[in-house]
Amino acid sequence: MNEVPLSHFLILSTALFFIGVFGFLSRRNLVTILMSLELILNSVNINFIAFNQYLWPGKMDGLFFTLFIIAIAAAEAAVAIAIILHLYRHYRSIDAEDVDTLRF
Amino acid sequence: MNMFTQAVWIPLLPFLSFLLLGFFGKYLKGTTAGWLATVFLLGAAAISFNIAYEYFFLFGKDANGVYQTIVPLKMTWLQFAGGLSIDMGLLIDPIAVMMLVVVTFISLMVHLYSLGYMKGEERFSTYYAYLGLFTFSMLGLVLSVNLFQIYIFWELVGVSSFLLIGFYFDRASAIAAAKKAFIVTRFADLGFLIGILVLSSAAGTLDFQTLIQRLTDSTGEGLHTATATGFLGVSALTWGLLLIFMGGAGKSAMFPLHIWLPDAMEGPTPVSALIHAATMVVAGVYLVARLFGIFAFSAPGAMEVVAWVGAISSLFAAVIACTQTDIKRVLAYSTMSQIGYMMFALGVSGGSGEAVDGFTAANFHLFTHAMFKALLFLGAGMVIHAVHSNELKDMGGLRKQLPVTHLTFLIACLAIAGVPPFAGFFSKEAILHAAHLTHPAIYWIGIITAALTAFYMFRLYFGIFHGATSSHHGDSHHHGHEGDFFQKLPLILLGVASMTAGFIPFGNFVSFSGRPVELHTDLAFSILPVSLSLVGILIAAWFYRKPSEMPDKVAGFFGSVFTAARQKFYIDEIYLFITRKIIFKLIAAPAAWFDRSIIDGTVNTFGVAAQTGSESISDLQTGKVQSYAAWFVGATLLLIIVFIYFIH
Amino acid sequence: MNLSLLFIVPAITAVVILFTRSLQQARALALGGSVVQLFLVGNLIAAFQRTTSGLGDGVSDFVFQQRMAWFPSLHIDYFVGVDGISVAMIGLTALVVLAGVLVSWNVTKQPREFFFLLMFLSAGAYGFFISLDLFLQFFFLELAVIPKYLLIGIWGSGKKEYSANKLALMLMGGSALVFVGLLGVYFRSGSTVTFDWLRATGSIMPVSDQLFFFPFLFLGFGVFTALFPFHTWVPDGHSSAPTAASMFLAGISMKLGGYGCLRVAMCLMPEAAQYYSVYIVALATIAVLYGAFATMMQTDLKYINAYSSVSHCGFVLLGIGMMTRSSIQGAVLQMVSHGLMTALFFAAIGMLYERTHTRKVSELGGVMKSMPFVSTLFFLAGLCSLGLPGLSGFVSEMTVFVGSWERAETGYRVMTVLSCMSIVVTAVYILRAIGSSIMGAPRSAAFLQFKDAAWNERVAAAVLMAGILIIGITPFLLNQLILPGSEKIAQQLQRIILPL
Repeated sequence: MNEVPLSHFLILSTALFFIGVFGFLSRRNLVTILMSLELILNSVNINFIAFNQYLWPGKMDGLFFTLFIIAIAAAEAAVAIAIILHLYRHYRSIDAEDVDTLRF
Repeated sequence: MNMFTQAVWIPLLPFLSFLLLGFFGKYLKGTTAGWLATVFLLGAAAISFNIAYEYFFLFGKDANGVYQTIVPLKMTWLQFAGGLSIDMGLLIDPIAVMMLVVVTFISLMVHLYSLGYMKGEERFSTYYAYLGLFTFSMLGLVLSVNLFQIYIFWELVGVSSFLLIGFYFDRASAIAAAKKAFIVTRFADLGFLIGILVLSSAAGTLDFQTLIQRLTDSTGEGLHTATATGFLGVSALTWGLLLIFMGGAGKSAMFPLHIWLPDAMEGPTPVSALIHAATMVVAGVYLVARLFGIFAFSAPGAMEVVAWVGAISSLFAAVIACTQTDIKRVLAYSTMSQIGYMMFALGVSGGSGEAVDGFTAANFHLFTHAMFKALLFLGAGMVIHAVHSNELKDMGGLRKQLPVTHLTFLIACLAIAGVPPFAGFFSKEAILHAAHLTHPAIYWIGIITAALTAFYMFRLYFGIFHGATSSHHGDSHHHGHEGDFFQKLPLILLGVASMTAGFIPFGNFVSFSGRPVELHTDLAFSILPVSLSLVGILIAAWFYRKPSEMPDKVAGFFGSVFTAARQKFYIDEIYLFITRKIIFKLIAAPAAWFDRSIIDGTVNTFGVAAQTGSESISDLQTGKVQSYAAWFVGATLLLIIVFIYFIH
Repeated sequence: MNLSLLFIVPAITAVVILFTRSLQQARALALGGSVVQLFLVGNLIAAFQRTTSGLGDGVSDFVFQQRMAWFPSLHIDYFVGVDGISVAMIGLTALVVLAGVLVSWNVTKQPREFFFLLMFLSAGAYGFFISLDLFLQFFFLELAVIPKYLLIGIWGSGKKEYSANKLALMLMGGSALVFVGLLGVYFRSGSTVTFDWLRATGSIMPVSDQLFFFPFLFLGFGVFTALFPFHTWVPDGHSSAPTAASMFLAGISMKLGGYGCLRVAMCLMPEAAQYYSVYIVALATIAVLYGAFATMMQTDLKYINAYSSVSHCGFVLLGIGMMTRSSIQGAVLQMVSHGLMTALFFAAIGMLYERTHTRKVSELGGVMKSMPFVSTLFFLAGLCSLGLPGLSGFVSEMTVFVGSWERAETGYRVMTVLSCMSIVVTAVYILRAIGSSIMGAPRSAAFLQFKDAAWNERVAAAVLMAGILIIGITPFLLNQLILPGSEKIAQQLQRIILPL
């Protein structure tokens, strides 16, 4: 393991994060946006695991947080898909551009 | 001296009558309300006369034979935290007792007279309620122990006068006159109020006796501070007295605050007799007399002003009176002129020696004037009822139709003209004598005024009762009766009073020091004024007894002077200019404009700015989640950069 | 005497009113609540007299104190107590509330909510006057503002939304200023943080802090009491408000400001008060005269009374600013007197409006014939406004004048004289209003047919008139209540411990 430095993990997670952000901002399809969100969450997970392993190898905090995030991500995906389904029923579309009635 | 506590009933009885009629008057039929009020007033008058008797003849003098000032009742009404207090109480001294008699007597006469005069009025009981309120206030004013107490009743008198002048409230002219009277006197009262503040802060008290004592005691601290401090080179004391005199001048219709009095004749005629001839308008004289000690001892400058204002007013009003054609207005100007007489009588007298007789003379004239002027007004009321007009041209030859009125009116005219042995002669002589001693110029003004007075009063007399019967009342035989007994009774009683009042040894009762003084009656001295008065009467007879062209010729001779006098020397116009063009146009209107445009405008600008500002940035809120997220990410990145590179 | 009852009773009444089903029930409850309240207040006055008579002559203290921890971590307590001045203001509130409920007897639009808000507002006012904890007081102040917005916005007339917004925003702005000042007091007076009024007056704030925070407090409360130039909510607010709301607004709310200026701003920062006194007096003089002159040009009766309120509240501020013993007494008297008088005036205007459907002076005239009672009411309110002796206005104005005259410096004297001039201007506009709307020939045949006041209006008027006459004819009764309190405040203001 020693030959892989921490910075590699961080570069991977940063890349993942910004790919996620890019997807979140540029995609119009709500499902794709949701998938981008998962990428962002997973980039955070990688950070947690990596820091845990490299900085405090004897502790488990990072692992716990990752598990929490995975659990929350699952719950969030369920809720988000429910919302998307409802939006689809209402607007006959899952394009994020069409859902802007929350202004004012 | 507790027997004088009964004096509390003198103002209270009319007040009770006011309350009773005010609340329940509308349930009383016919003249019941009037009778009720009259009975109450009879009670007040009886107590007044009783007090006058007890005071002047039994208990008023102290061991040295000097009339003393008695305060049978005093209670703190309003305690100021700073130490001053307004007390309510009764003060009995010669002038107060004299005024009590005058006010209750004249008011009783007016109550009686009005029973017939106002019969059938829709608001008969209201009228009597107002009369009660007025009498209450006037009596409270007379009995005041405290500078502020007098101010309180002073204002109440003002408002009852407002109510009575505006009694016919559906007439625009009556409302205007009532407002004018109230506002002009209110303006004068502003001076009064500030004067009170000045004097009270100098003397540290509002109580009359203490105030006068402190401000006349040349060793005292009060007088010292009052004269040491000043403003514009005039001492605080003089300012205070002058401002108080301004209040008095307003109520007493002195030049140049007189403009309300002629208009006040819009009120019912008995009201004019009571308020605007005999009682309220002399309140100013009473006020100066009340503070006479301070005026005379400590502020000769203020005295000078009082004297000259009085003198100018008396001449000024007499000149105008010669040109007016509305009989009530003539009487109003004559009232102003006679009050001017009283004022300058006070003004010319000094604190001691023979000069102090002016004080007695002024009060004497106040007393006699009340009698004959009330009589003149009541007589005028008879005449006006007979011809339904106030204008002299609608009258003439009424002596057959109104015999009692004719006779009593003649008596009153002789009295006011100063013909011996009628009442006015004695008091006028005393005044002229006092003026002659110290102020020759004012003496001559007085003489001229006396002659003019005789002229215009007899102009009225001849114009009303002699001369051609005017076409106007040719058809008036059915209402040309003279009223019932209760209307004539006051005329007769007042006529008797006008004939005999002069023989009262007034100096024995009322004098500044409290000791009896001998009023001057000197044949040599009397020749000039009396003969001038007679000349005035003769000229009036020549001009007006028969229709003649002389008046017009004389008027033409005086030309513009006559026109100016007829237009009351344009004083009203000047006031109108000041109020309409300056106060309304240049102060009030800009203030209102400033408020709506500038101040409110600023407030609205804030509102509008907030609104347009928020509208302009509201476009940022698109409702699109992704644009929000983009802002969020961008801003976060920006912050990260800022934190990393610029803040350590 | 349990002071908390004073705001609990109206609060409970308000809540119960929400559960009523009809106008009849709502108004009966509101009336019952305010009558109970009046009895409570009467009881309070009696108990206060009994308690304080034991203190000795002229000694003022806060009695019936109650203290409970509220936010212990922030040192905020529920702390109430009254002295003579607050008792007088509470008495005023009770009278105005009762009259206000009575004149709204026939509100048809959402009566339940209307009476709820009235009761709610009065609870706020009572709470304000009894609070001795500044935070608690602020809390009640805010409670008293919000209902006004709704009362004007929903039941108002004319440009009601505009007026309601303006009023609420300006008053909220005032509150914000007040709160900044309060925070200053909280952190800077004494060694520990405190909102306790008694402790804060006992300790001394550094003068530099006082000079900084005093304007916030004073101007903030000043907005409530129509301090020039923050008075413009007054005319619009009053003219759009329904009658009862106008009465509450002018009769009670504007007094919250005066009371706050005196009790909070001045008492807590006497040194700053002395420093700023000349500015306060100048602003007050401007308000007095300017309000009076602006009134002369108004044509709507409600505007007339609103502007004249600006002028009359100027006397309150003048008395406060002069800082002499009598002038403070006068300011308190003027608060009570103006509250009653202006409520009566608005009630009379409301009665006229209900019948004639106009408030324009030029469209009224000659109503004396058909409505003698209403006209007399209007007339008396006018006379009280112009300071006729025998009515309360005279007593309070004269006390302010006498007190102001005690300041002998030339500048103060000039301001006093200028303010005195307003008595003439007041006479002009009052008589104009009376002359053209009450007197005169009836405007049309319809003006002869109006019905005079109904029983509820008569009782409302009688309640207010009673107050006005009691003060006007026997001022010593009210005076003995407020004299010790105002003396004590004056002493507090005269303290000069630190050099300026």
